[in-house]
Amino acid sequence: MDHVTTQQPQAIAKVFIQRDYSDGTAVKFQTKLPADIHDRVDSDTFERFVEKINQYYAEAEGIGCSTYLQGCFACLTAHTALLCMQTQYDKNLKRCTEYIKEQNIGIFLPKGLKVIDPFERGLRVIEILVLPVSQNHVDEEKWSKF
Amino acid sequence: MSGPDNPQHDTVGLTDGPSSAAVSPLHVPATSATSRTGYSALETSAMSHIGKRKYEVFPGKNTFHCGGHIMMGRDKGFFFLTVGLFIFGGALYFAFDCVYLATEVHWSIPIVGAILYILSLSNLLWAGMSDPGIIPRATTDEAADIEKNIEVPKQDNPTYRPPPRIKEVTVNGVSLTLKFCYTCRIFRPPRASHCSICDNCVDNFDHHCPWVGNCVGKRNYRYFYLFLVCTCFLSIYVFACNIATLVLEGLICFITIWSVLGLAGFHTYLIAASTTTNEDIKGTWSRKRSPAMKNPYNNNSFSKNFCVTLCGPNTDSLIDRRGIVTEDYSVASNPPMKPPEPYIPNSSQDQVETFHNNSAAALTPDHNEPLAANGQS
Repeated sequence: MDHVTTQQPQAIAKVFIQRDYSDGTAVKFQTKLPADIHDRVDSDTFERFVEKINQYYAEAEGIGCSTYLQGCFACLTAHTALLCMQTQYDKNLKRCTEYIKEQNIGIFLPKGLKVIDPFERGLRVIEILVLPVSQNHVDEEKWSKF
Repeated sequence: MSGPDNPQHDTVGLTDGPSSAAVSPLHVPATSATSRTGYSALETSAMSHIGKRKYEVFPGKNTFHCGGHIMMGRDKGFFFLTVGLFIFGGALYFAFDCVYLATEVHWSIPIVGAILYILSLSNLLWAGMSDPGIIPRATTDEAADIEKNIEVPKQDNPTYRPPPRIKEVTVNGVSLTLKFCYTCRIFRPPRASHCSICDNCVDNFDHHCPWVGNCVGKRNYRYFYLFLVCTCFLSIYVFACNIATLVLEGLICFITIWSVLGLAGFHTYLIAASTTTNEDIKGTWSRKRSPAMKNPYNNNSFSKNFCVTLCGPNTDSLIDRRGIVTEDYSVASNPPMKPPEPYIPNSSQDQVETFHNNSAAALTPDHNEPLAANGQS
């Protein structure tokens, strides 16, 4: 598995999308396109991308009938059921990870950007690597274990 | 120097995974933060952590067990005390109260107690042994990015300390300030706080509970609350069982005391007065009924009366109940006298004789020769 060359003298720049707390402590990221990468991707695409991530997390943290029943069931089984069953949060997290991977391959890597799953950053930030445009990162991503 | 295949290390103990760009840590742009705090030196030593599990190099003060599945706070003494109290109390309850109540009242009583006990204990273990919602520390690049966005005023004075970093946010229309955590190098999210005991920023930080031995935060608050509620119900239930046991046993004891104590006391008096129940009821030696009569059996000394009654000689049984019956004995025991004729109106003399024959025959079962002749004489 080839990594991006480490012999480059130029360091890889990183852009961080911070959390948006305007609606509370739920996981939500700012949709504003950072100035550093406005030449790589347009703001509409980026906004849609971040909003989709926000949507996944909103669904993950959403409360409904099924989450309530899941919680009650877990409670009655002394929470041992949590060890066996996949919660709504886990499912949506997985969907979000898949989505980010797809978007990376489809949109961002061809433009020399790579989005790191915020879950790998403790849900603090969405980290975007600004990669050199010249190299083909797409194939590398397809083969990598994301 | 880093090789081409080394995964990137941004912060001590945190690996980004094989998919991220492998930039040598030494190539990270030397920002003011990096040079000031000297993290580049640490990052080189972080290369030795490659291949380990993240919990083995966790920067906080938590302790990890069972391959990282269980995590606890630094102060575990109180937690073990809590668990110990649970086990000890539970043992006493199930061994004593439950055994008694299950047999005397209803079999379901220990089952309800057991359910509450298991719920309570499991919530305690989940609260104490899980991640409370720790916010992982920022990577070096993140911290550098934050530094970049903050205006650092010119430091004229060598003893100048920068003011605490804050960030203004609006949460649901309310303006709040987020503080910067120097340890974790993040602006703490709203409601997060840094626990000095565990040395972590915890999301939705409630408090650090010594009884549970862990912080109580976003992820384990429900277990903590359920632990409190279940323990509350459990203690009330156990207390009720105790009272029930006490009441039932107490009632039985009370009735026993009421009857037996009085009786024991009464007979103590009888021994002391050298009388019997029969004499006492009849008032044989009572001064009121017969003042002239004096109890001739009284030794006039309580201790002597007791001594005689309790420690006097044990006489042998006189009836020799296990002795073998001999002819002499049966003859001696059955007097030859004719029993009186029962008055039976309108009956023949034959019936009377039959009656006598039968009664005589019954007295000598071992002899073939009935003594009917005696009855007929």
